[in-house]
Amino acid sequence: MKFVDEFRDPAAARALVSSIRDLAKDDEFKFMEVCGGHTHTIYRHGIEHLLPANVELVHGPGCPVCVIPMGRVDDAMWLAEKPDVIFTSFGDMMRVPGSRGSLLEAKARGADVRFVYSPLDSLRIATENPDKHVVFFAVGFETTAPSTAVTLVRAKELGVTNFSVFCNHVTIVPPLKAILDSPDLRLDGFLGPGHVSTVVGNRPYRFVTEVYGKPIVVAGFEPLDILAAVHMLLAQIREGRCEVENQYSRVVPEEGNPQALALLGEVFELRPHFEWRGLGFISQSALKLNDAYAEFDAEMRFDMPGIRVADPKACQCGEVLKGVIKPWECKVFGTACTPETPIGTCMVSPEGACAAYYNFGRLHRETAVLIGMPSAPSVGAAASAR
Amino acid sequence: MCLGIPGQVVEITDAAGHLAKVDVSGVQRTISIRLLADQGVAPDDWVLVHVGFAMSLIDQHEADLTMAAIKQMGQAYSDELEAFEATAIV
Repeated sequence: MKFVDEFRDPAAARALVSSIRDLAKDDEFKFMEVCGGHTHTIYRHGIEHLLPANVELVHGPGCPVCVIPMGRVDDAMWLAEKPDVIFTSFGDMMRVPGSRGSLLEAKARGADVRFVYSPLDSLRIATENPDKHVVFFAVGFETTAPSTAVTLVRAKELGVTNFSVFCNHVTIVPPLKAILDSPDLRLDGFLGPGHVSTVVGNRPYRFVTEVYGKPIVVAGFEPLDILAAVHMLLAQIREGRCEVENQYSRVVPEEGNPQALALLGEVFELRPHFEWRGLGFISQSALKLNDAYAEFDAEMRFDMPGIRVADPKACQCGEVLKGVIKPWECKVFGTACTPETPIGTCMVSPEGACAAYYNFGRLHRETAVLIGMPSAPSVGAAASAR
Repeated sequence: MCLGIPGQVVEITDAAGHLAKVDVSGVQRTISIRLLADQGVAPDDWVLVHVGFAMSLIDQHEADLTMAAIKQMGQAYSDELEAFEATAIV
């Protein structure tokens, strides 16, 4: 396990933090980590308290469960409650509340809702239940969409006719653009998502540097990866550079995975627009099945209601997803909204900023306040903002 | 959701169907290697497994690192492993 220790080496972390402090000087920096996996690492390891107070990490929209709007969950429930339908979903989506409860509750009421690990498991269920129709609830960014694509290609090859996909796949670039265009937030750079980039590579992020003049560093998921990426962002800024850099090159190839990208192109096309929780409608931000795969499109096969529901008033997931507020600044955080009884999506997924903060960050923060660490004072600011 | 869990390829079970048996923490299941079809995945290789698909070829260094990080996630790790155990693709 020496390699692991290498990435947890306290001396290396101290050296990086000290170098970050030197580079940052007394200027204020705000960097957004796009990916929910990064958010998890940051809270799990208390990284926000390792950084100097003038270098702030802002949590972004990269949690696929978190960005699904309530109406799509209601549509999923509508499908799940149809007789003769077996509705299959990843575990994360089962607990997401719609306006009539969650898929888990639909299951308790008698709907045939099944948790699957892989879309290929859904396809297997379809082949084993020829008298039923099996729907797969597809969610996720470019990390997950190729898996759905392969499953659809396989379904076509096998000639399966009782299988369809309720497609909610989204793409990472449009929400980044939406955030960069938003007047709410001033950002100095981005930590790019790790696993999404294994598929898309580094090229799609060039607009961040070329159009918006912000640096972006694709980062891994170890605590030292995050610190190294922050260091790389600051070094770029201090050296007057603005580039797409890859801190996670041990996993992310420059060109991504051409085979996965080709499969995406074979099966999907861009939707003209798609609603994101908290971010509203974003054009060309999501995928649907193309004409060649229309027979597998649940939205074509069923006369779906296409429900639109406003987010619960008390819930501030939208602001959390845009990085405008921190989880603890939401009015219902930790009181009405907890991982056991979530109101908003950000409290459901372990990658959601609220769940990650509720489970880990709170304690780091309370400790930081107790010992008077420099990044602690915003507690008072948050409390007075309520 | 974007969790990738390291697995070691045990055998290619169906070359035409791009299926391989992998070992994740002692649990062996069949996954698809179609996304890496042109990368010549072979027994003993380490891959990052996401929702039943090999996402990328990694070395043992990265596998150890990722596994240690995921184990630290506690519940998320046990959920992922439990889910992996439940998978049974054709």
